[in-house]
Amino acid sequence: MPKDSGIGASSKRREDVRFLTGAGNYTDDINIIGQAHVYFLRSDIAHGTINAIDTGAAAGMPGVVKIFTGADFEGVGGLPCGWQVTDKHGQPMQEPAHPVIAQGKVRHVGEIVAAVVAETLEQARDAAEAIELDISELPAVVDMKRALADGATKVHDDLTSNLCYDWGFVEENKAATDAAFEAAAHVTKLELVNNRLVANPMEPRVAVGDYSRAGDDHTLYTTSQNPHVIRLLMGAFVLGIPEHKLRVVAPDVGGGFGTKIFHYAEEAFCTFAAKACNRPVKWTSSRSEAFMSDAHGRDHVTTIELALDADNNFTALRTETFANMGAYLSTFAPSVPTWLHGTLMAGNYKTPLIYVNVKAVFTNTVPVDAYRGAGRPEATFQLERVIDKAARELGVDPVALRRQNFVTEFPYATPVAVEYDTGDYVATMDKLEEIGDFSGFAARRAASEANGKLRGLGVNCYIEACGIAPSNLVGQLGARAGLYDAATVRVNATGSISVMVGAHSHGQGHETSFPQVVAEMLGIDESMIDIVHGDSSKIPFGMGTYGSRSIAVCGSAMVRATEKIINKTKKIAAHLLEAAEADIELKDGQFTVAGTDKSVAWGDVTLAAYVPHNYPLEDIEPGLEETAFYDPANFTYPSGAYACEVEIDPETGKVTIERFSAADDFGNIINPMIVTGQVHGGLAQGIGQALLENCAYDENGQLLSASYMDYAMPRADDVPFYEVDHSCQTPCTHNPLGVKGCGEAGAIGSPPSVINAVIDALHSAGHKVDHIDMPATPARVWAAMNG
Amino acid sequence: MTKVSMTVNGKAVSGEVEGRTLLSSFLRDDLHLTGTHVGCDTSQCGACVVHVDGQAVKACTMLAAEADGAEVATIEGMANADGSLSVIQQAFQDHHGLQCGFCTPGMVMSAAALLKEKPKPTEAEVREYLEGNLCRCTGYHNIVKAIMAASGQDVAIAAE
Repeated sequence: MPKDSGIGASSKRREDVRFLTGAGNYTDDINIIGQAHVYFLRSDIAHGTINAIDTGAAAGMPGVVKIFTGADFEGVGGLPCGWQVTDKHGQPMQEPAHPVIAQGKVRHVGEIVAAVVAETLEQARDAAEAIELDISELPAVVDMKRALADGATKVHDDLTSNLCYDWGFVEENKAATDAAFEAAAHVTKLELVNNRLVANPMEPRVAVGDYSRAGDDHTLYTTSQNPHVIRLLMGAFVLGIPEHKLRVVAPDVGGGFGTKIFHYAEEAFCTFAAKACNRPVKWTSSRSEAFMSDAHGRDHVTTIELALDADNNFTALRTETFANMGAYLSTFAPSVPTWLHGTLMAGNYKTPLIYVNVKAVFTNTVPVDAYRGAGRPEATFQLERVIDKAARELGVDPVALRRQNFVTEFPYATPVAVEYDTGDYVATMDKLEEIGDFSGFAARRAASEANGKLRGLGVNCYIEACGIAPSNLVGQLGARAGLYDAATVRVNATGSISVMVGAHSHGQGHETSFPQVVAEMLGIDESMIDIVHGDSSKIPFGMGTYGSRSIAVCGSAMVRATEKIINKTKKIAAHLLEAAEADIELKDGQFTVAGTDKSVAWGDVTLAAYVPHNYPLEDIEPGLEETAFYDPANFTYPSGAYACEVEIDPETGKVTIERFSAADDFGNIINPMIVTGQVHGGLAQGIGQALLENCAYDENGQLLSASYMDYAMPRADDVPFYEVDHSCQTPCTHNPLGVKGCGEAGAIGSPPSVINAVIDALHSAGHKVDHIDMPATPARVWAAMNG
Repeated sequence: MTKVSMTVNGKAVSGEVEGRTLLSSFLRDDLHLTGTHVGCDTSQCGACVVHVDGQAVKACTMLAAEADGAEVATIEGMANADGSLSVIQQAFQDHHGLQCGFCTPGMVMSAAALLKEKPKPTEAEVREYLEGNLCRCTGYHNIVKAIMAASGQDVAIAAE
C-alpha cells in the first residue's frame, strides 16, 4: 500500500499552486521603486586588445544614469575560482585574473566590455549602441589541441601557455596500468568527443542590486542555486562587503542544472552599481545573452583504452582527456574534469587498475563549468561506449560482458580513490531487462525492419557520486569551500514549524519533500511544516543545491536538528507528565509514558516551551529552535542501468527514440513522484545531448549556436514516454535517511545507451561503424551509413 | 506613446505604451501580471503564451498596440471563479507536470488552447501541439500525461 504522507509518500507538490496560477515570485518579477536598468555591451569578437572605449556620446543619451567600463573596476577584485587543482607534478593550476568588466583585452564573444545604466532598458540599449569601441582583433584559439601547440596564441599573456593543468590520477597507478596493457589479451581503444552544451534553464539569469545608505546594507536578488555561496564569493573576493552587510536572495528560480551555481560578473556588477548610482540596478538576461554568458557544460575530447584478459575480465583502463575551460576559470570549473570525472572512471566494474590523464585548456570561448552531472556524464559516456565497442570486437553480448565485470561486494574501494558503500548492479540490470522487455526486442526489430527502418538496442550502466564530501577530504583535493549543509528547525508556540534550509529548490520540490521527513519524524501533519530557503538573511548558512546533494546533505542536517527538537520536547513532556525522560515516547504527535495511558499532545508541549509557566527552567531554556550542520562522511553512490531503443530511417539518417527504460537505485526515497520526475528530466537532457544539442564555435571563436533557432533543445515530440523504476534500493549506509540523491542520474545515464543503440542499429544493417560523435544528427548518421 | 485598451482576464484595462512595446512587456511591466514569462528572444520557448481573442499567442511576438480592443486571457485568469485550480491546472499538479514552474504558464495556456480545439487529442497530437513550448525540467513525460488526463483520457504507462 503506498503511503499517503511522510517518507515514501507521493505527496502532491504544494509549490505547484503558485506556479500554476501565475503567482510565482521569480527574480525578474521583483521591481524596486526607483530602479534603473543595466544593459551590458558585450564583445562581438573572440580575442582582441582594447585600445579605447569612447562613452562620450552615449553618456549624453536620454535616460543614461552612468556608464561603466573596466577602468571603473580597477582595484575591485576579480571573480574567484573555488577549486584549485594540483597537476601531476605537484604544481598548482594556472589561474588567470577574471575581471568583472574586461580590462585590456577581450577573451571571448560575450565578455562584458561596458555597462550602461539608464532609466529604462530600452534607453540603456540605445545608449550602448552609441559607445565607440576600438578593439584590435587578435587570432583566436578555439581548438584545444591547437591551443596547446608550440607557438599558439595565448589567451592570457601572463600565463606560460594555454594549459591550465595536466592532471594524472592516480599517478602512482600509471606504471602498473601501462604494464597491464602490455599483458592484455585484448585492448579496445576509442576516441570520442563529449559535446559542448548550454544548460538552458528556461528562466534566464537575472540580478537586482539594491543599496541602503542608511545602514550601508547591500541586497542582491539573483537567480542562484546557492545564495550563501554567492554572498561569500562576491562579498569576500570581489567587492569587499562583509557578510552582515550583504544579503543575497534567490527567490523562485526557474531551473538551474548547474549553470546557476556560479558567481557571475553581472551579480557583482549590479551590487556594485547600486551603491555607485545610489539606486537599485536590475539586469535581466535575454536568451541570446544567456548563450554567450552562462557557463557552458561538457566539452571534452577523450581517448579511452580498455584492457581485457583472455576471459574478458577488465584488467586496466587508461584515458587521456582534453577539457575545455573556456577563457576564464568559472567558479568550480577545475573540479569537473578531475575530481568529478576521474573518481568515477571505475563505473560499476571491478577494473583493478585505472589511470586518468586530463589536460585542461584555455580557449577564446565562454567559460565551461558544471552542467547536470558535471564530469560524471563524461566519465560514464566514455566507459560505457568503450565497453560496448569491446563487446562487439570480442563477439560477446554487451550485457553479459558488463555483468561479468560488475562489482558485487560492498563496500568496494575503487582504484580511483573512492569507496562505494552500497549497490546492487545485478538487481538493477535484472530490473532493466524486465521493464525494457529485452526478450521482445527481436520482434520489435523485425517489425521496424518490415517498415524499412533499422532498430537498435543500447544498454549502459552508471554510477553517480552525490553529495561530495567530507569537507576535510575535499579541502585536500583543492576545494576552497566546505561541503556540509545546515538546517534550523523552528517550532512555533502552537506547534507549526518553519525549517530554514541551506539547500535551494529550483524545481526539485523541496517545499514538499523536506516537510515529509519532519512530519514522519514527529508524527504530525505535513501541512504544519514549511521550509524557508533562498535568503541569506533568514537561513543560518547553506552550501546550496547541486550535485544531487540536497536531501543527502541538507536533509541530513534537517534530521539532526529535528532529533535535537525531539530530545528537548521529550524533556518538556517528561516534566509535564511527571515521568522519567527515558520513558517518554513520541508517536503520531502524542508524547506518552511507556506502559501507561498518560499522554500530552505535541501542541501542548510546544506551547509550554514558549509559555513556560510549568516548565523545567532550571534544566532547559525556553523556546524551541535547533540548528544542525551536517558534514557527510562520504559521497553517496546511486547507480543504475538504462536501455534505449532507437529507429533509424536509412533514407535520411534520422534517429527516433522508440523506447527508453531506466532502472535506478537511489537508496531510500522520500517522494517517489518527485524522484521519477527528476529522472524524466535528466533523460530528456541526456537524449538532447546524444541526438540534438551542440554548442558550436567557428574557427574565429564566433558562437554559431546562440539562440533556439540554432541550438536544438529537446521538444515534446523528440522524446517518448519513459519507463522508470526505482524499486531496487540499497540504502546509503552513512547518512541518517539512507538516501543517495537522484537529480543528475538521468542525464548521466542516458547518452551512452542512445549512442550504443544507434551503433547497434547500424550494425544490424551491415554498417560497420565504430562510433558516432554526439549529437547523432541525421547528417552524421547518414554520413556514417554512406561512408 | 499610444493609448491601448483591452480586456485582460475579464477586466477592462488600458495604458500608454510605446509603439515597440510587446504584449508580454505590457502584461508584465504595466499590468504587473508577472505569471506570463519571457524565456527567449526568438519566439521559440512559449513561456509567454496567452490567449488573444481565444487564440493561443506568444505574447512576445505581438505588440501591445496590436492587442488594442482584444480579449486577453493569461495564466492569472485560468483558475475557477472560487479560486480552485481548473481541470487543466489540477491535472498538472496531480501528474507532476511541472518542476521549476517557469514554462508552466505557457504550457497551461497551450494545453487549454489545444483541448478547446481538440477535446480528445492523441498522445502524438499533444506532443506535436507542444512543439512551441520548451520545458527543461520534466522531459515532457508528465506534461503530456497531465494534458491527456485533463482531456479525460487515462494514460497507462508501464513501470509506474
